[in-house]
Amino acid sequence: MNTQTDNKPIIAVRNLVKKFGSFTANDHLTFDVHKGEIFGFLGANGAGKTTAIRILCGLSAPTSGELTVAGFDVYKNADQIKKNIGYMSQKFSLYDDMTVWENIRFYAGIYRMRRKDIREKTADLLKKLDLEPVRDKLIAGLSVGWKQKLAFSIAIFHSPAIVFLDEPTGGVDPVTRRQFWEMIYEAASNGITVFVTTHYMDEAEYCDRVCIMTEGKIIAMNTPSKLKEEYDTDSMDEVFRKLARNVET
Amino acid sequence: MNRFTGFVKKEFLHIIRDKRTMLILFGIPIVQILLFGYVLTNEIKDANIAILDHSKDETTARITNKLLSSGYFRLQSTIESEQEIEDLLRSGKARLVIIFESNFKKSMIRDGTARMQIIADASDPNTANMLVSYANAIVADFSRGLMVGQALPIKVDQQVRMLYNEELKGVFMFVPGTMALILMLLSAMMTSISIAREKEQGTMEILLVSPLRPVQIVLGKVTPYIGMAFINALVIIALGVLVFGMPVRGSLILLMAESFLFICMALSLGIFISTMANSQQVAMFISVFALLLPTMLLSGFIFPVENMHWILQGISHIIPAKYYIIIVKNIMIKGAGFLFVWKETLVLVGMMALLLLASVKKFKTRLE
Amino acid sequence: MEIVIDTVSKAYGNTQALDEVSMSVSRGELFGLIGPDGAGKTTLMRILTSLLLPDKGRAELAGLDSRKDFKALRNILGYMPGRFSLYQDLSVEENLTFFASIFGEKFDPDFYLIRDIYAQLAPFKKRLAGRLSGGMKQKLALCCALIHKPRILILDEPTTGVDAVSRKEFWDMLSQLRQEQITTLVSTPYMDEAVRCDRVALIQAGKIMDINTPAGVVDSFKPELYSIATPHIYQTLLALKEYNDTYSVYPFGQVIHFIPTDASVSPHKVQDYLTKKGIEAVSITPALPNIEDCFMELMQDEHTNG
Repeated sequence: MNTQTDNKPIIAVRNLVKKFGSFTANDHLTFDVHKGEIFGFLGANGAGKTTAIRILCGLSAPTSGELTVAGFDVYKNADQIKKNIGYMSQKFSLYDDMTVWENIRFYAGIYRMRRKDIREKTADLLKKLDLEPVRDKLIAGLSVGWKQKLAFSIAIFHSPAIVFLDEPTGGVDPVTRRQFWEMIYEAASNGITVFVTTHYMDEAEYCDRVCIMTEGKIIAMNTPSKLKEEYDTDSMDEVFRKLARNVET
Repeated sequence: MNRFTGFVKKEFLHIIRDKRTMLILFGIPIVQILLFGYVLTNEIKDANIAILDHSKDETTARITNKLLSSGYFRLQSTIESEQEIEDLLRSGKARLVIIFESNFKKSMIRDGTARMQIIADASDPNTANMLVSYANAIVADFSRGLMVGQALPIKVDQQVRMLYNEELKGVFMFVPGTMALILMLLSAMMTSISIAREKEQGTMEILLVSPLRPVQIVLGKVTPYIGMAFINALVIIALGVLVFGMPVRGSLILLMAESFLFICMALSLGIFISTMANSQQVAMFISVFALLLPTMLLSGFIFPVENMHWILQGISHIIPAKYYIIIVKNIMIKGAGFLFVWKETLVLVGMMALLLLASVKKFKTRLE
Repeated sequence: MEIVIDTVSKAYGNTQALDEVSMSVSRGELFGLIGPDGAGKTTLMRILTSLLLPDKGRAELAGLDSRKDFKALRNILGYMPGRFSLYQDLSVEENLTFFASIFGEKFDPDFYLIRDIYAQLAPFKKRLAGRLSGGMKQKLALCCALIHKPRILILDEPTTGVDAVSRKEFWDMLSQLRQEQITTLVSTPYMDEAVRCDRVALIQAGKIMDINTPAGVVDSFKPELYSIATPHIYQTLLALKEYNDTYSVYPFGQVIHFIPTDASVSPHKVQDYLTKKGIEAVSITPALPNIEDCFMELMQDEHTNG
């Protein structure tokens, strides 16, 4: 949970534009994210969040703009970027028909971790999540909350510089949601930068800094408390509504 | 608006808006019938044959000439001994070898019969069968020509099913088969997929919670496809007649009525499939494996039923397309009336009744 | 009572989706079913709409049994399933015309129940439903559910995945419908929407934990609740988890919510403890609980008692 540092930003985006035919999904986005920060990317479904996150992960090429992620240029070094990030998406990125242990081993294998490291880190992880009794059970049998925690743990298993979370906490119970945020805090305190998209405005309150998007544009970017102060309200929902009203008029 | 017409109207909108559905409905039938028609005629035109003529007299020369001028055969080589035959067939250089016995003309004049032998490469039994039939028919035609003048027939073994198809156009065989295949696919697959789509998208939930009765839902979904399939039947027949010169010797009205029956049967099958499938993918899968393949392979469309293993022959009895193909062939080629096809018609009606009954039993008014 | 649910249970294989649920809703009430995914909200709604049969127990809506009288029941229900369930390849107008026709009605844009909602949709009436924004889709779905003047409206998570502006507008519409004496049962995973309902049932793991007015739920929250503001949220959380006098501690947006084991634990004592742990710049103030605090407290109760 570092606040602003003088270091070079770990994600630097200048004038990112992404067009699909005549439709502009991302319209001149410019922002920086710093190391260890929890950065929230907010907006309704269809605002362009997922498009932006895909570009930052090197999954899709921008139409124009300058972008560096973890020190690498997205045009030239997309492969390097992929080695240095973790990704967890809306839908659980775990294989339902594989066991807990097989899922961990599979993802660790993708990032070419050493056997010994995998064994040690897996043991630690299973212990931390209390998943030891179910290590040989299929993912399909786990509760939503456990799947979510395991998916996040796997996304940061190879100690990436940045982890991208695309709508990670939809619809879980409030206790599980908080346990999940505690894991995010822990990752951030270990120096992992967390980039999270959500359409739950109250989730925004857990972020160090948020950026609010509508129709492909950034309409506000600040810490949640500064935004609430600026719009004279005590909920991020209300901030969003006031912002949306400003955009319309 | 009336509940039912409202439903049918909605269904038409779905069909018209979806380019893929439109393509399947109207593109595929036309392409398929043209493709089948032309592929078939090409294959028969270029068949290589070899001739072993032990007699080398005027009659054998005339028969040879008639064979080669028919357009179906091309002379690959004339050979001198039996030893060469196997080599030619095995290497695939010739698909058919025709052997005339020695003193062909003499024995014909003396005994009234002369022997010729046809050896075919049966590794592709279907084509072989067809080529042998063609050769047989041409020779028979030749012998009829002789009979007129000299009353000296050549004994030729001729198959009965060639009787009504003197010109031996393969396309005549394929038009009924293609009709069966396309009507089956369109009607059964499209209805089962469109009902499954409602389940997949969650709209079935709203329809079930509405006062619509299951019968209304099913009839509403099926009605537009009856119309579409019927138009298709007309298009296919028109193509067969106009492009390939296929005759309609029997009653066109009877033919269309039988087609209508077959369409309704196929739709019942589609409804039945949809009671089992909860997603478009499953509906598609069942349609392809339970309908497309058996209809193509076991209905007598591509492989004659009588040449099949007895187990497959048994299975072919439950393939609806088999009966429809028999009906269509009888009406179009033989010019038969209803009295000749009533048994097959009855089988189709029975199948339809059975499927509808099973579907109504299985259709759920709830989600499980 | 307009809706009566009597000890309804439903299991899918080994999973108990609903466990002896009983509740009732009065005529014209706007009733909220609040709980996370998998709590059993959808199953309960499907039982009420006669789409599913309960394993045990019974449900009665407007005096009609959901099992025996399902045909009559389906005439008086308006239902919006969990995901967007209209025809995406039909236009706004075509969808409305179709749904009116299956109830044997004509679509009338001036029909009093939908007039105000349709006014917002009218500019897009020729647009395909699949091309509408999330908020517009939900408005269209609501119109379709209201088009035959249902007596009871059942809405399964109508505001999920919709932006904050549209969510508020949607709830405003529901509040207006309440004046038309339509009984509305609406489910949501968003705890903050509870305040928009007349009464709510908090549901978790197939069991109803509490039924009350939103204010009543909050009033019944017994323990002392403190809000802790600090720049070092994670360290503070870790420290308080090891603290002897902690009953529960969890992040709550920008702050931490802390409940001590008993009321005698003063903020000063906690502050001292944190200072000892090397965590400075902490402010501890008493906080008013909201529905989410109550929900978590009830979950903890269930856990310890059950």
